[in-house]
Amino acid sequence: RNKLLEQKGIKAPTAYKTGTTICGVIYKDGVILGADTRATEDTIVADKNCSKIHYISSNIYCCGAGTAADTEMTTQMISSQLELHRLNTGRIPRVCTANRLLKQFLFRYHGYISAALVLGGVDSTGPHLYSVYPHGSTDKLPYVTMGSGSLAAMSVFEDGYKPDMEKEDAMRLVRNAIAAGIFNDLGSGSNVDLCVITKDKVEYLRPFDEANLKGQRQGSYRYKKGTTAVLKKEVKKIPIEVVKTQVRSEQAMDTA
Amino acid sequence: MATSMMTSGFPNTEMFSDEFSRPDWLKSEVETGTTIMAVQFDGGVVIGADSRTTTGAYIANRVTDKLTKVTDRIYCCRSGSAADTQAIADIVNYHLNFFEMDTGEEPKVKIAANIFRDLCYNYRDSLMAGIIVAGWDKTEGGQVFTVPLGGMLTRMPFATGGSGSTYIYGYVDSNFKEGMKKEECLKFVANGLSLAMSRDGSSGGVVRLACITKDGVERFVLTGKRNTAIL
Repeated sequence: RNKLLEQKGIKAPTAYKTGTTICGVIYKDGVILGADTRATEDTIVADKNCSKIHYISSNIYCCGAGTAADTEMTTQMISSQLELHRLNTGRIPRVCTANRLLKQFLFRYHGYISAALVLGGVDSTGPHLYSVYPHGSTDKLPYVTMGSGSLAAMSVFEDGYKPDMEKEDAMRLVRNAIAAGIFNDLGSGSNVDLCVITKDKVEYLRPFDEANLKGQRQGSYRYKKGTTAVLKKEVKKIPIEVVKTQVRSEQAMDTA
Repeated sequence: MATSMMTSGFPNTEMFSDEFSRPDWLKSEVETGTTIMAVQFDGGVVIGADSRTTTGAYIANRVTDKLTKVTDRIYCCRSGSAADTQAIADIVNYHLNFFEMDTGEEPKVKIAANIFRDLCYNYRDSLMAGIIVAGWDKTEGGQVFTVPLGGMLTRMPFATGGSGSTYIYGYVDSNFKEGMKKEECLKFVANGLSLAMSRDGSSGGVVRLACITKDGVERFVLTGKRNTAIL
């Protein structure tokens, strides 16, 4: 069927991408990750409110840009590997471990898995932030941005970043960086999600800022009753047959 | 010379039919555009690199550390694809850790260079990595080995690599002297890197230097303000 459609000249739908602006910053007490919420299929918005900040472990979260399926599956895979590792070692997982798992996984696929990630978390050695590229290279930095809106977000960071920021300042900076991506990049839009990770807890703020609320309709376009004149009224009864069937299974549902 | 590097992108994923809407960071692989240098002196080596990693025309990281430790006294300077060189350096580090456990002593620079060469030569068709291996060991002292794109291995008194190295062949060939002391080597490398960074668009940021001797590793960062900050 697909071949027939292609022959007719209809293009196959492309992979569902997260156009995206994602970023992360290290502040005084930990790490703040931010993301927009638009997922695109070419030029159409496929999901107006998708979640791009993925759970890796209780102290590590990961923002994903690129092909939505790739980022989702990759982060889930590494999350489960890390959980098994945690059970084996009996320790809270380190961010560098997640980084290694991601880079070795992506390198094996030579960039065909289109996942560009911002990995951040707090472990026993402190807060850490990594950017991971689809080919498997990583950079460890105090502030990173990724995605189509990364240039807009990076310009905000380069202007406003200071080491050891307070939580409120850092949250505002990340929000501004994502907003720059949302308003200046066509691949990013809708709301700003934030994730604040500290030694003791994680605040997953979704949405943090609803920058794009749908406008209110100014007037009603409905036609008033009576605009179309009624000429004739006819009431007919439709004969319906009601059939009752009882579904009864032989045994009770087996959940063993 | 075989050490010259071009920053043309590695063959890319052709999954998406629409070229215009794909952003730069998906189209090109992350490259360490680069200028790297290493010089041997009596008592150790001085290595240096710029700090710029690019994805196409965007600078992905302007403070990269391209001087990667493989053992306490052996470092490698990375140029080419960031993913490839990071993976290779990790694998070599892994091998050398086992080697150190097996033999009980620190591995020689020659051995580290050979492991790099084995990887770069056997996987030459799928890798894009130009690496300079430099370090100190107690049998031969300071040594510099270069492993360019195809996987050749050769020992040299000094080596340069990366896209920016082409701009300083004249400088290094006329200014290198046998028997330089540590300070002279540091100046030689710092000058060479600065000159290359001022001409090569893919090199820039700060100058990272490291001096490896029997006493350990001393690192320096030189910013445009001509300050020497000891890391």
